[in-house]
Amino acid sequence: MQQTFAIGIGGAAGQGVATPGDIFAKIFSRRGLSLNAYNAYQSIIRGGHTFLTIRTGTEKVSNIGDRIDLLIPLNQDSMDRHLRLLGSGAACIYNAETITPAPAADGVQLCPLPVSQLADIARNKVAQNTLAIGAGLHMMGVGFQALENVLGEQFKKKGEAVVAENVGIARAGYDYAAAHFAAFPNPLPKTENRYAILSGNIAMAMGGAAAGVKFYCAYPMSPSTGVLHWMAAHARKAGIMVRQVEDEIGVINMAIGAAHAGVRAMCATSGGGFALMSEGLGMSAMIETPVVVIDCQRAGPSTGVPTKTEQGDLWQMLGAAFGDYPRVIVAPLDITDCFKIIPEIFNLVDRFQCPGLVLCDLLLSEGRLGVDPKDLDFSPPIDRGELITSRGNGGGSAVGKNGDYLRYRNTESGISPRAIPGVAGYIHTAATDEHQEDGVLISDEFTNPAKRRTMMEKRMRKVAGIEAAVLPPLLSGPRDADVTLIGWGSTKGVIEEACEILNEQGISANQLQIRWLVPLHGEAILEILEGTRHTIIVENNYSGQFARYLRSETSFVADGHIRKYDGEPFLPHHIVEAVKEQLAGKTKLSVPTHEILV
Amino acid sequence: MATGVQRANQLTIADLKGKVDPDWCPGCGDFGVLAAIQKALVELRIPTHNTVTISGIGCSSNLPGYINTYGMHTLHGRALAVATGLKLANHELTVLVTGGDGDGFGIGGNHFMHCMRRNVDLLYIVMDNQIYGLTTGQSSPTSRLGMKTKSMPFGNIEAPVNPISLALAAGATFVARGFSGEQKHLTELIKQGIQHQGFSFLDVFSPCVTYNHDNTYQWFRPRVKKLEDDTTYDPTVWTAAMEKSLLWGEEIPIGKFFQRTDLPTLHGAEPVLNDGPLVHRDPRVPPDIARLFVEELM
Repeated sequence: MQQTFAIGIGGAAGQGVATPGDIFAKIFSRRGLSLNAYNAYQSIIRGGHTFLTIRTGTEKVSNIGDRIDLLIPLNQDSMDRHLRLLGSGAACIYNAETITPAPAADGVQLCPLPVSQLADIARNKVAQNTLAIGAGLHMMGVGFQALENVLGEQFKKKGEAVVAENVGIARAGYDYAAAHFAAFPNPLPKTENRYAILSGNIAMAMGGAAAGVKFYCAYPMSPSTGVLHWMAAHARKAGIMVRQVEDEIGVINMAIGAAHAGVRAMCATSGGGFALMSEGLGMSAMIETPVVVIDCQRAGPSTGVPTKTEQGDLWQMLGAAFGDYPRVIVAPLDITDCFKIIPEIFNLVDRFQCPGLVLCDLLLSEGRLGVDPKDLDFSPPIDRGELITSRGNGGGSAVGKNGDYLRYRNTESGISPRAIPGVAGYIHTAATDEHQEDGVLISDEFTNPAKRRTMMEKRMRKVAGIEAAVLPPLLSGPRDADVTLIGWGSTKGVIEEACEILNEQGISANQLQIRWLVPLHGEAILEILEGTRHTIIVENNYSGQFARYLRSETSFVADGHIRKYDGEPFLPHHIVEAVKEQLAGKTKLSVPTHEILV
Repeated sequence: MATGVQRANQLTIADLKGKVDPDWCPGCGDFGVLAAIQKALVELRIPTHNTVTISGIGCSSNLPGYINTYGMHTLHGRALAVATGLKLANHELTVLVTGGDGDGFGIGGNHFMHCMRRNVDLLYIVMDNQIYGLTTGQSSPTSRLGMKTKSMPFGNIEAPVNPISLALAAGATFVARGFSGEQKHLTELIKQGIQHQGFSFLDVFSPCVTYNHDNTYQWFRPRVKKLEDDTTYDPTVWTAAMEKSLLWGEEIPIGKFFQRTDLPTLHGAEPVLNDGPLVHRDPRVPPDIARLFVEELM
């Protein structure tokens, strides 16, 4: 397992937790280090408690891990919550004048800073933060120049005097640490790699731009709002129409309107907003106009815990809108995948003319990852499917009256070539009422059971095509492992690390991580699971939504379950300990306790 | 905008007919509205493939199937949201939105308000029959006080919405009212509404001969008075329009209440559309721009 270093910064909202986080992240990234960051926070603008974890390493860091090496509590509350969780070798830097250390484990280095002696605290309200950054970097063996450069950029807009003041304070912290605190035994490594640091929301927004999305609209809702912010800020450069809409019902309908005109259209929301979009998804399926909807899951039901993560919307996705219709549902595996999945799902929904749902969650949406810039490919394949955008590309002899062109032609694949409004010779009406091949309604006076059956079967034939177009999941790790951990979406990284720890401890573990939820490839999954010794499904919800789905599709019943629904993500040790207790036969359902109160 | 096979100056009413005939009850006001829309499109010589007629759900919302333009028959109350997205993706299309009073002022009320303040460039025609027809006769947001319906058998106790005042208050830049029984006048209003750059709202009295026995042709005919017949009326004065909109009873004004042309449309206000409709653009982000997007994260 790779060596990593994790910093935890805790404080009240408004105390400036984010800025030191950004500064550390920039310095790590410029040393060629990857990182994984997660901010545990609450739905308030000022006060409360937020705790930012940044874990860095020379290779991709898949999750925030179990261990904090350096704790920087910005208030007493953070000290009381987190110091007790530090292990031997860790350090805690704090303002000695306002914060009293709580009891600490043996081998934890306490690093009190005499803040008012080192900086003019009347002038600079966040001097303690800057001092701690300076002190921490010295202890990590990072040269001061790196910090000076980043501070220069950070405060550039405020003028040279402000830059100089902050550099001075940081220097005082740096020098004070040199004289008073023991450095960490291993200085922070350096590599020649370069990383871009981004959240899952930014990744999905950029993935949309790369996919050729020309219309994005949304109603603000945590934790999806970051997608809207990136889109709005970059709309004019990227040539994307971005609108903030009155509600999510308006959002989905506006997106479908734009998609119907012929552009790729996308929107993002969380579970509550997604609930309002449900009827619209049925329309997308019925009029066969493709649209992509991102659901950044948060802890539900109802308003729930708006700033906390969960994988609780799976069944809402599976059951969204009434009636049977083809759909695609995918759960990105990590923040890099948040980018890659968007062009992929657009190609699918354009080909099969149906809605596509991206099941992300707060952990990925608001977490941050150091990503290899090569993975942010703005020239992915773009397949618009059978789209008629001018008289020339439609073939056939479709000229004339409404109804001569069969928009919903009953083909073998179920896919009917789609003309966009404005093309002469292809006039038709796209109706949410059941219709015949030419678009004429059959729901009112012409109701006809044979026609209805034909059209249902035409649309549903696309399901087989979608399944063939997507690869089944793969097992990673030794085939004959003691335990097989099954997860979906965002838990990929933490399960990977849990497997590594288990393997080091002599329990061989492998992993089956599901990305495509629809199509699921049930038969391929059964083949993989045949002959496994002990299967455990790991998911971030109460009822085992994926376990129930897998069972309904394949009749497969796992040996055990690890579930968490306290709002916080899994940490590796939660899974490791649960696997051990289940292999020892103590339980079949483990619900790990989140020790950190955030 | 005329392109392709069809020469717009040769358009006839027959060219505007759909594949099937309307399934409305004989005598329904919506026939008159459909005919007036067809006449207006012929007179304006807009090629049929460059027009999109978008509706919600309800009797009148079946209209897109009866007219030979591109059509969308969307969800109950959502036509304006769909139309906004469609117009922004291809602003060269002429967009008509058609529907009923329940669709527009009831379930779709929120989109109605926001579409007006956004000044989306489209014509919204509401076939207002003051009743729910397709669900067999319940009260609508425009049903008069005291009206007995299946859902309010002892009489409506909820005050009706005034669509004209509402549109004026919400910032609609073209506000008019027509009557299905006044074909020529209605056709003229539709033409003006299509030509207006911005959101055009046209409320049309379109009697329901089956379920509304109060607001019939016979009831409307002696009451409607054309604003155009009053030479002193100036439709550029918002306060005068608001005052006129409150008239109801023995005299009910129809015609153009208000128009202003000094405000940008939604698509006109957005620089992203300066290079033409989105649907005709290269979907790719240029490589130099893409590089900037990545570099700002490093």
